[in-house]
Amino acid sequence: MTRTVIDPVTRVGGHLRVEVEIANGVVRDAWSSGTMFRGMELILGGRDPRDAWLLAQRICGVCTGVHALASVRAVENALGVAIPTNARLVRNLLAGAGYVQAHVVGFYHRHAFDWVDPMAALRADPAATSTLALSMSEWPQSSPAYFKGVIDRLTTVVQSGQLGPFANGYWGHPAYRLTPEANLLVVAHYLEALDWQRGIIRIQTLLGGKSPHPQTYLVGGMALAPPWGGPNRGLPGEHPQQVERGSPPALSARGLTDIGTAIADARTFVEQVYLPDILMIAGHYREWAGVGAGLGSYLSYGEFPGDDSTKPALFLSRGRVMGRDLARVQPVDQAGIAESVAHSWYAYDDGGDALRHPANGQTNPSYTAPTQPSATLEGSDRYSWLKAPRYQDEPMEVGPLARMAVAYVEGQKDVRAAIDGAAASLGVGREAFFSTLGRTMARAIEAQVVARQLDGWLEALVANLATGDLALADLTRWDPGTWPGEARGWALGESPRGALGHWVAIRDQRIDTYQLVDATTWNGSPRDAQGRRGALEEALVGTPLADAARPLEVLRTVHSFDPCPACAVHAYVPGAGGPVQIQVI
Amino acid sequence: MTRADDSLYAAMLQRGMSRRTFIKFCTAMTAALALPATYASRVAAAVSAAPRIPVIWLRGQGCGGDSAAFLGASNPTAAEVLLDLLSVEYHEMIMAPAGAAAVRSRTDVQARYPNGYIAVVEGAIPTADGGIHCMVDGRPFRDVVRDVSGGALATIAIGTCAFDGGSPAAAGGATGAVGVASIVSSGSLLAMPGCPVNSANLTAAIVHYLTFKQWPATDSRHRPYFAYGGLIHNQCERRAHFEFGEFVLAWGDEAAQKGWCLYKMGCKGPETNANCPTVRYADGTSWPVKAGHGCVGCTMPGFWDAMSPFYRRLPPPLPFAPTVSADQVGQALVGGVAGLTVVHGAASYVRQRRVGAQERRDARVAAADGALPRQDPPGGDPDSVQPPVPADPTEPAELTETDEPSSSDREDVVAIEGPDPAVPVDTAVPVDISVPLDTAVPVDTAVPVDRADSPDLEAH
Ligand code: SF4
Repeated sequence: MTRTVIDPVTRVGGHLRVEVEIANGVVRDAWSSGTMFRGMELILGGRDPRDAWLLAQRICGVCTGVHALASVRAVENALGVAIPTNARLVRNLLAGAGYVQAHVVGFYHRHAFDWVDPMAALRADPAATSTLALSMSEWPQSSPAYFKGVIDRLTTVVQSGQLGPFANGYWGHPAYRLTPEANLLVVAHYLEALDWQRGIIRIQTLLGGKSPHPQTYLVGGMALAPPWGGPNRGLPGEHPQQVERGSPPALSARGLTDIGTAIADARTFVEQVYLPDILMIAGHYREWAGVGAGLGSYLSYGEFPGDDSTKPALFLSRGRVMGRDLARVQPVDQAGIAESVAHSWYAYDDGGDALRHPANGQTNPSYTAPTQPSATLEGSDRYSWLKAPRYQDEPMEVGPLARMAVAYVEGQKDVRAAIDGAAASLGVGREAFFSTLGRTMARAIEAQVVARQLDGWLEALVANLATGDLALADLTRWDPGTWPGEARGWALGESPRGALGHWVAIRDQRIDTYQLVDATTWNGSPRDAQGRRGALEEALVGTPLADAARPLEVLRTVHSFDPCPACAVHAYVPGAGGPVQIQVI
Repeated sequence: MTRADDSLYAAMLQRGMSRRTFIKFCTAMTAALALPATYASRVAAAVSAAPRIPVIWLRGQGCGGDSAAFLGASNPTAAEVLLDLLSVEYHEMIMAPAGAAAVRSRTDVQARYPNGYIAVVEGAIPTADGGIHCMVDGRPFRDVVRDVSGGALATIAIGTCAFDGGSPAAAGGATGAVGVASIVSSGSLLAMPGCPVNSANLTAAIVHYLTFKQWPATDSRHRPYFAYGGLIHNQCERRAHFEFGEFVLAWGDEAAQKGWCLYKMGCKGPETNANCPTVRYADGTSWPVKAGHGCVGCTMPGFWDAMSPFYRRLPPPLPFAPTVSADQVGQALVGGVAGLTVVHGAASYVRQRRVGAQERRDARVAAADGALPRQDPPGGDPDSVQPPVPADPTEPAELTETDEPSSSDREDVVAIEGPDPAVPVDTAVPVDISVPLDTAVPVDTAVPVDRADSPDLEAH
């Protein structure tokens, strides 16, 4: 057995260390370690609950906005606020645009180099690349001259001796399989995706004021307002509308049209570039449908409320798929979520290893790794700043694959068509999705499904504004004087990387306790008291590895989760106690 | 002398970019730097001849938002910056290699370009318990920053966490998080706070270096004047409504639909130094106040504590005072603790005093309520309104301009007659204009200073 340490694991959001034990060219065991701790929940304590979302969203600037949304929902749940239709639709648009961006960027800029060798692209024939591109989609950037330009540009960079982010990659590794032309095609799209993001960012900036960290959420709705459409009464001191300066207010006719255009562009890129690239790559790496299966248990809290009821229908459903059984979906109850710190750098007061529900959690940091600099965590019983969340005592995988699996079983039409279509085009069965390759394909399929739905939310918003319903916030609980002395709330939703839950307790108009369990806390989880691995650790076991010094194959499986340990490390202040009613959405 | 192939302009032409687009980029940079428009050609000449500067981008206790802002930049786009302007050799979020190979990318640059690379630091640096709260390759992040920064041409602390510790350093934090300035003492240091940084400002600072061969002028906390020299409130498009007493009083009300001032909803624009209203985000698309929510003061020291609760309104702002510097506002934030030297300790002080600061602020709001422009009837009574002082602090002295100097006479470009164009002339000297800086308010009391003679100038 040899032990290989990867630290820093790059192309992730945050600080991740992975250690694997290898025998006969196969990973036999794996450890996932979050190496950064901020204690954001400790910092949330004592603040105005209406401010919480601003601080909570700073947990992650990569899948931007997801913690803001979860936080306002948790506080709204505690205070019993129902947001207006317009606010729900704007939130869906902001979050949905974030999914499309996160998935495209997550693939091209954090995952593609695991499958694509840009140095091999230099040998590509531009004309053959053009032929390949035209065989895959109608995307217009496909001429031989265009691909020649990309080669020239890359060559310039390589000849300068300053390779930038390409320096020291595992280029020429035997596990790279694509033809030079296929490599070139994806590299061209890597560069295009950097530019393409700007359309999504424009949607987020119109609706959120900036991106990352949109700043228009409110407890109760959104701080946006449609432009004044009433009679111009010519009151004294009346001023003209704000100067547009080439940039309309988000909810003006022009702003909504701009958003529609950006949505159409985003969707075109997903359908004509991202998804075809994924299917092309998958065709070259079919054996990876048999690697990285992992736990086989999938959890989705569900996302994108479709109506304003207290138990809304969700565009992507809530549920669990257990044991890769695509015959049925099992229910999710927030009471089933609990966390272990048996192998994390925390200690519970009672010294025990029992699981704790987030509403009763504790955080007593207790770092016990070897002294620095530490070559390995071997021998450290505790090895991560991530806790180990479990559902009814079971480790679970979350993320696009989990959501797609649940939606598939629930019979979501778009998801079924996309998954069956992808499986057919590759000539594999549905079970091929339970793999490293499947995770990567599910992410692309979800990007398409959500990108198509964005238009629906925009149309609904335009239609609702047209009825004269201009409300964007319910202010009945804005004044802290209207709040009960104590209240508890929670919100289960999804972020691009998977299930996300926030729990808040409010006491005397301040945050008493705050807790969250993020997607990467699930996926990057260390072992629990029973020694069971987390989703990423489990998926790494069995990964073939040609060269331990260049662990390209390990990165494939790691990045198939698109992990974000920045989000995943958290802390919790024990509450002042006392039985408090939990309100249920 | 650099080969032409290495130049940004040549590279841009090579990928089919028009000269017009290139000039648009240079114009945007010139505007962000608050240089006269005639500088665009000078910027273009300098930038197009520049070699790609190696960059080591370090991430500590942060959310990755500054990286995301950088990767989502427009004008120039990330693709242009990555391939043509900079050579980002180490950036954990985008680099191809991992583990030992990634670390080698970093040490290679340190060895090949001593004092020739830019160190960018994103995120706070935890110092408690030997730095164990952020470890990279088994080493405390703190040591990595010192190591990389020590051999850099300059260190740029981007985002508020790298500026002063940001959110991990806010009240309740337990990791001893600090900003870069607290652990790096040598060499050029630029701080570009903002949560996250506006990527246009980051690129502009680098373009300033390429154009003038020196870093932009900064205040005592290393913030460039071009971005942090003015108050948001003084540049805000809603400012006229403030002057006329036209305020949003409830989210989504008629006033909100009309785009009136957000001061009474807690806007922190009157105490925040940044250029958000002029540079905006996403290529001029919007910024929070335009979108409808107040500013939260995210560029300011200790803002998570000093500016919160975010929906409670500030005491009446300073009158239109174009010469207020970030240092002075920093002072105002901590209640006029005497002496400029206190500014450096302000953030940690503010953290400890969060609750006290809220009480003090409430008292000031209550005491000065009558001093505000009137809300009712809408439009207010013109007699009660202070006339706005039309003043543009950023107009530099007239400069002689030569059209597109070739790279060979760039030396001449540096030798500009007149003041440094990047320094708005009247912000360079912090003078006491309206803030009674030396009013020794006992900081832990909630008693407002009695300034009944000039209620608008309530002590800050
Ligand atoms: S208070 Fe805020 S919204 Fe009002 S003018 Fe000042 S910066 Fe603009």
